[in-house]
Amino acid sequence: MKIIIMGSGKVGHKLVEQLAQEGHDIVVIDSNPAALQALVDTEDVMCVEGNAVDYQVQLEAGISEADLVIACTDGDELNMLCCLLARKHGAARTIARVRKPEYYDQLPFIREEMGLSFAINPERASANVISRVLIFPAATSIEPFAKGRVELMEFALDAGNALIGKSLVEINKRFSFRVLICAVQRGQEVFIPGGSDVLEAGDRIYLVSSHDELQSFFKEIDLFRSSVKNVMIVGGGKISYYLAKRLLFQGMHVKIIEQNMERCRELCEQLPAATVVCGDGSHEELLLEEGIQEVDAFVAMTGMDEINAILSLYAKTRNVSKIITKVTQLSFTEMLEKIGIQTIISPKEVTANQIVRYVRAVSASVADNSVESLSRLIGGRLEALEFLVEKKAPFTGIPLKDLSIQPGFLVACIVRDRELIIPGGNDTIEEDDTVILVTTRPHVKSLHEMLA
Amino acid sequence: MNGKMISHILYKLMGVEGVLLLIPMGVAILYGEESYLSFLIVAAALIVLSLVLGAKKPKNPVIYAKEGLFIVGLTWLVWSIFGALPFVISGTIPNFLDAFFETVSGFTTTGSTILTDIEVLPRGILFWRSFTHWIGGMGVLVFVLAIIPLADKRSMYLMRAEVPGPTVGKLVPRTMGTAKILYAIYIGLTALQVILLMFGGLSLYDALVHAFGTAGTGGFSVYNASIAAYNSAYVDGVITVFMILFGINFNLFYLMIARKFAQAFKSEELWTYLGIIASSVLVITINIYSLYGNVMTSIRYASFQVASIITTTGYATADFAQWPYLSQMILLLLMILGACAGSTGGGIKTARVVILVKSVRREMKRLVHPRSVSVVRMEGKVVEEETVQGVHTYLLFYTAILFVSVLLIALNGFDVTTTVSSVLACLNNVGPGLGEVVGPTGNFSTLSYFSKVVLSLDMLIGRLEIFPILLLVIPSLWKKK
Repeated sequence: MKIIIMGSGKVGHKLVEQLAQEGHDIVVIDSNPAALQALVDTEDVMCVEGNAVDYQVQLEAGISEADLVIACTDGDELNMLCCLLARKHGAARTIARVRKPEYYDQLPFIREEMGLSFAINPERASANVISRVLIFPAATSIEPFAKGRVELMEFALDAGNALIGKSLVEINKRFSFRVLICAVQRGQEVFIPGGSDVLEAGDRIYLVSSHDELQSFFKEIDLFRSSVKNVMIVGGGKISYYLAKRLLFQGMHVKIIEQNMERCRELCEQLPAATVVCGDGSHEELLLEEGIQEVDAFVAMTGMDEINAILSLYAKTRNVSKIITKVTQLSFTEMLEKIGIQTIISPKEVTANQIVRYVRAVSASVADNSVESLSRLIGGRLEALEFLVEKKAPFTGIPLKDLSIQPGFLVACIVRDRELIIPGGNDTIEEDDTVILVTTRPHVKSLHEMLA
Repeated sequence: MNGKMISHILYKLMGVEGVLLLIPMGVAILYGEESYLSFLIVAAALIVLSLVLGAKKPKNPVIYAKEGLFIVGLTWLVWSIFGALPFVISGTIPNFLDAFFETVSGFTTTGSTILTDIEVLPRGILFWRSFTHWIGGMGVLVFVLAIIPLADKRSMYLMRAEVPGPTVGKLVPRTMGTAKILYAIYIGLTALQVILLMFGGLSLYDALVHAFGTAGTGGFSVYNASIAAYNSAYVDGVITVFMILFGINFNLFYLMIARKFAQAFKSEELWTYLGIIASSVLVITINIYSLYGNVMTSIRYASFQVASIITTTGYATADFAQWPYLSQMILLLLMILGACAGSTGGGIKTARVVILVKSVRREMKRLVHPRSVSVVRMEGKVVEEETVQGVHTYLLFYTAILFVSVLLIALNGFDVTTTVSSVLACLNNVGPGLGEVVGPTGNFSTLSYFSKVVLSLDMLIGRLEIFPILLLVIPSLWKKK
């Protein structure tokens, strides 16, 4: 695909890195020649210097032949204007980064009017990622599908887990939950397990189901006890707001520590159920007073990476079981992991990942069936794709056991009229279904490919 | 510095040269000449070496600007050394230094020769000699980048080090795509010229060889009298037009293919280049009119020679060493000026001259209005201060190298014209100089071997725009401290 990226900041850079590797032709527009120079030296892309809103500049970048335009400059207004112009000049799809809540709230309208294909709010997206981790602290990662109705969850089988030593058939008999183990990573090997495969300690397994089902499943296998009830958030920025809102909705107790009195008031008004404390979160005394020892999760969300890192290390000494650290500058995350900070969230990386996910889905879409969403797991060795079955096909209406599905493919989930089906041999794929396909084959573009 | 990656890429490139050597081998076999053996030996050696040594990719494939310059400099040196071997093995140029000079002259598209009688050489050997022009014209690495991804995403460092001009941009997002487009245009224009030359009665072999010389703006011919051997106004005309075409920035051809004519014809460099050609032809025509006594003949010789010299091709249809001094001096200036950036021609490049003139004009303005702020503009865009500075630096180095080379060549004891013009002819990749010895009717065979090495380096310096070669010969720039 031909992709034009406007803005070569951190998000832009991250996007270029990912997308160029996946074989897209990329043109970057930015007004800062030094940033472009750095980019063109390290990545195989073309750069155009100038204001992204300038007609001539857009033309020079080849806007009319672009399959996708991604606007991720500093300003929301600039991004939306860029996308609007790009659409007028014939760009097929546009993505804008829109972060101000005022704009984001009226997004459906803006999207319609500006012809935006996708808008991303980095703060909200980061809050979603954090809340997913907090809701299932045992999970290493969680990928939502079918507009959040289905989740694909990765977690490690540590010694003592009830699932170890059992085959999938046994697990199905013992637990009456509609949860599907769709893939297993054992050492270097990744495979889609059959009924007789036995799980071993140290395996990483991938589960598909709805959020509630997964929750009850975790309760059953006794992993749910580490669930989070009390959360302490230091720093009351936008991410904290979105995060608190989601966590409160899940019934957790949320305490936000924020320095600025005015901001505290605002948070208080917007989040009546949260406890808002006005004070300096980097004071040990205050943290102890507010009970850092009793919380299940600690989220460091201040504007300073260094303070976040120190606060997280401190929370670790107080035996907080789940610690999440926000890091804005992308470098050094590896080092932070080494000194014991477990979950690091970078809003810019989250933004880039979301866009990359969308781009993959778009580029995997072919005329007769559309990929709604695509996740690449374990460094691309496992793919989970969400398809919308738009019309009758050779595989519709036939029970799955009668279809000759190739090895390496698994129909993990079917969503029909908002209802979730974990398919057995007698289930069928019908028109208008949303199908989630898990595969170990790369570059699958269509559901037809699963048929032998 | 990533020495492993440098040698890895170098081995791969040696293999490519080996494969390219099979083409003149085929020509030699076609004409039933024994010289095919010399190609076979060198090609086999290169391919085997490349397969054995270049098989394993180093763990760390990351290269930076320094490695890029280094690879380009080394590649040209190594290609020239191996490219010279067929001449030595076949016995056509028994001395290695002579053969090296001839091959460097080929790859750098200079066209200076040490051969006194070209016509006695086997056709396979002569084909290789001209073929080096064609490969060197668009660039050895650009050619390779078009077919194999050499350094993954950091290949821009390689391309920038080889493509001439003050700034190097891409035509399409991918380096490989850009290299492919450049070569497609190059091959297309060359093929067109071959066909047109064949209409003029040339054999396929003659047409190919001379198209190679024109396309690379090289200047090797297979006749002692160069293009004058045909004595045909049609052939002169075709070659004149194509020399001028190959001296134009290839980006403009791409814009025209993409139907962006307005953008292409807006190019300041193009109009400056064409303007200089037109005015030079006019002055020289008037100047040499008394020599030929015919307007058409004067225009024909003047335009051919101006095109040949400004694009730094170096073909000759007339012995311009016999022309009046004014004409000779104009040609000398054109040698230095050279063709457009991003073309196959040599010299300082029109773009640099345009930037230089404008920056000088700005400095003059500053003298009068010390507080004025102004930028240098070209093609309607602001030129980065760094680019302006780069042009100044380039000119400084260029002049310094010119002076040093002139001093070294002066050891031969020739007159001023010969000494200066031989250096200019090599440094700017033109080919023939002025005067009896190195002029269009002469050759470089009488120079000392020391001079030949100096001039070989000058040719490489000129083609690669100084820095890749300079880096190789100044160890303090790459040695570990």
